Amino acid sequence: MTGVIDTVRDIALTVNGEQREGRVPVRLLLSDFLRGHLGLTGTHLGCEHGVCGCCTVLMDGEPIRSCLLFAVQADGHALTTVEGLAPDEGPLHPLQEAFREEHALQCGFCTPGFLITLVSFLQRNPDPSDEQIREALSGNLCRCTGYQNIVRAVKRAVSH
Amino acid sequence: MPTRWFGEPVRRNEDPRFLTGKGNFVDDINPPGAVHAAVLRSSLAHARITRIDVEAARQLDGVLAVWTWEDLGDLWRPSPMVVPHDALTHPKTQYPLAKDKVNYVGEAVALVVATDRYVAEDACDLIEVEYEPLPAITDTEAAVAEGAPLVHEDVPNNVAATLTQQVGDVERAFDEADHVFSERLLIERSAGQPMETRAIAAQWDELERVLTVWDTTQAPLSIRNGLAVLLGLPENAVRVVAPDVGGGFGTKIMMFYPEEVLVPLAAMRLRRPVKWAEDRREHLIASNHERGQVHEASIAVRADGTILGIKDVFLHDTGAYTPYGIVVPIVTSTQLPGPYRLPNYYSESRTVYTNKVPVTPYRGAGRPHGCFVMERLVDLAARELGMDRAEIRFKNFIQPDQFPWDVGLTFQDGAPTRYDSGNYPEGLRIALEHIGYDNFPQKQAELREQGRYLGLGMASYVEGTGIGPYEGAHVRVDGTAQKVIVATCVGTQGQGHQTSFAQIVADELGVRPDQVVITTGDSRSMNWGSGTYASRSAVVTGNAVGAASRTVREKTAQLAAELFEASPADIEFEDERVFVRGSPEFGLPLWDIAVVANPIRYAYGTQAAQAIKLLKNREGPPLPEGTDPGLEARKYFSPAQATFASGNHAAILEVDPQTGIVTILKYVAVHDCGRVINPMIVEGQVHGGVAQGIGGSFYERLVYDQDGQPLSTTFMDYLIPTAMEVPEIECYHVETPSPLNPLGIKGAGEAGVIPVPALMAQALDDALSPWGVRVTEMPLNPGQIRELVRERG
Repeated sequence: MTGVIDTVRDIALTVNGEQREGRVPVRLLLSDFLRGHLGLTGTHLGCEHGVCGCCTVLMDGEPIRSCLLFAVQADGHALTTVEGLAPDEGPLHPLQEAFREEHALQCGFCTPGFLITLVSFLQRNPDPSDEQIREALSGNLCRCTGYQNIVRAVKRAVSH
Repeated sequence: MPTRWFGEPVRRNEDPRFLTGKGNFVDDINPPGAVHAAVLRSSLAHARITRIDVEAARQLDGVLAVWTWEDLGDLWRPSPMVVPHDALTHPKTQYPLAKDKVNYVGEAVALVVATDRYVAEDACDLIEVEYEPLPAITDTEAAVAEGAPLVHEDVPNNVAATLTQQVGDVERAFDEADHVFSERLLIERSAGQPMETRAIAAQWDELERVLTVWDTTQAPLSIRNGLAVLLGLPENAVRVVAPDVGGGFGTKIMMFYPEEVLVPLAAMRLRRPVKWAEDRREHLIASNHERGQVHEASIAVRADGTILGIKDVFLHDTGAYTPYGIVVPIVTSTQLPGPYRLPNYYSESRTVYTNKVPVTPYRGAGRPHGCFVMERLVDLAARELGMDRAEIRFKNFIQPDQFPWDVGLTFQDGAPTRYDSGNYPEGLRIALEHIGYDNFPQKQAELREQGRYLGLGMASYVEGTGIGPYEGAHVRVDGTAQKVIVATCVGTQGQGHQTSFAQIVADELGVRPDQVVITTGDSRSMNWGSGTYASRSAVVTGNAVGAASRTVREKTAQLAAELFEASPADIEFEDERVFVRGSPEFGLPLWDIAVVANPIRYAYGTQAAQAIKLLKNREGPPLPEGTDPGLEARKYFSPAQATFASGNHAAILEVDPQTGIVTILKYVAVHDCGRVINPMIVEGQVHGGVAQGIGGSFYERLVYDQDGQPLSTTFMDYLIPTAMEVPEIECYHVETPSPLNPLGIKGAGEAGVIPVPALMAQALDDALSPWGVRVTEMPLNPGQIRELVRERG
């Protein structure tokens, strides 16, 4: 018996400012495309059903769950992953610095999802209250930190 | 710059890579040519397998192998019984793939290896398994009843173990007591649920003749040792690496999960690297659970509130197997007495098989259960006696001048449960002060008039930490890299080992923590050790790191003393420099001394050229008798018994009796883990533990239907607390150093989670006292809370 129907498509998209291409099965998840085909393993998979937020990337500036999109749906779009927040060997993004200062990460697995979510949130809401921060983060699960230091890090980044 | 790094909130060495997406988690590792595995799992909780047909799966394009139990040869054998115990009379461990029978939904039945995970899952769908369903038993109490279906045919009444522990004369205590109060208490199943699910990658290197296994395990050395035996390889031909691991919480310590055998075996047989990673649904269904127990407990007291004795008879749900022995019920029964003087105690537990996922420790590992039972009994006594709930605690606490305090029981490490130090009254006092205990009743009354129901809860616990057998550390000064290189083989799942251990080294050798490079979790870099579990790494590994660093310091001082013609006692270490006290010009960078310490023919680096000039003409061998080259040491720490940390938490919550929804308004955690290496890291551990405790109080519950079908299979059913459910946690410290180790530290990893359900139960009772509610079960969802109110009219 041969393989199940597995149509492939060519896609072209921008990822972290760079033009990227691929020939992908139509059922390939965007998260698997980023991690596997493009080797951008900073985006993580915590649930693969859209709840935990570990797979969050920006698509045309908006946070989306890459585990709930197919790679073909990203054709022609511009993505930002955690690797795109700060240049290689360059200084960290202020949010990343703030996370370090406030011990807003422990195992680091959920961290890329939080950073991407926050980068987008803070662009739209540059001076949020604690309540607003917590609500904005309610779509990202963390099992290590209890969120407290993440909230602190956001406030620190905002105030600097 | 501080004069001492120990005790400072040093920013973590490990953060930059995590923040930039350059962490190295197992599923990020992609050996060239890797193929992918998927596991076909049982869809029934209890059934005979009458037929497995893998032919269609094998024919699928892209499939390299489909295995059932028949394909495993010698390796088809039960997992080792890693934590045996005399009381565990009917242990059962799992086979890597089921043969005639499955005993829980999720049990591994077949392995598929294919060119990618998608194809592997397609192939799983093509495997035909014929099951003959058997009656499933899921309720722990029903499982021990006469006539209950048996999970294992040769285990009468589904009882794997009966464990009894006692102190004093509990019958007499109960006879002589003024009052005896009893309660039935229930804790439901939940699970660690780290954000990273389990993953394994394995590769046989034909050139090096080494099998490398990357595994999300918390105990890489234990896995290495087991795999070497299983596969018939010498230990140094197996390398197990736990790279960055995204949370463990106990779920990732097991010997073995089936995939930990199957994936390495596949790599060896197929001569291709093999990867496997589960998704969350698979993790919720098939990775280990914990927390399910039913207790019938009684407390005997005098009229003045003095506790005379406790009886506790409980059932512990172990699921379908006992891969971790009876550690959880042992810890439950030995940690139940907590911070109280308990002269008479009887604990009897039966560990019970059910047709559900096996149970192994999850953060707390029995302490949350013990604390829940004890604190509920104390609260019950307080209520019935009309006594203030803080007062009854203060009255019965072990006092600061009563240490060492022998509880009279045997802890999970086989050593006496003997508390070394602590100050429980001070801890509770601080908690009550910061929660505003004194003026709370008035506030509560005022708000009740407005139709708002607030409650205050408190709970206290003692936690045995830092058990053996031992851990080791290897410390070496690398003069050319100008770093101190340290290796230990405990794993790291977010605890900041690469920073806290670096602080210990930095103090000894006069360098900065960011100049210390710590490798954890790689069996190649450190051959001896056990793993990360039971709140032991800081104590046991920390002290091994301390001992090894001290030895390196002594060697360095010895060599410096020779070079500068001084006494080793006069050698100072500061700012990367090693010099004679009072005459700093007689000194050298630590890195240069490291080069000098290795008398080799060909020296490298600019340091070497300079340093060599310092060597005077000498008589005798370049490496004097009894010295080793370099500045290097390997040391171990082996504690005789646990060291006992403690804590007192308090919280105020609001509950809406109409909706059953709870909001936590204020949370105070007072924590004593002895001397603190990095307060920022310790508080982070407490925060995370409390968050899991909140989950275990109101949100997290693994539900099975009566046929043993798991119903909590996604995060939409199993609710992990978000930033909206976890409040700000105010942390305070009490510090009673441990007299049992040179650094004076106690463990902190599990602390936060232990008292939460107990104090939330008390707070709910308090908030809903107009209805006389009494919480005896955790977790409680809004529907259950509404029911508690409704049944009271």
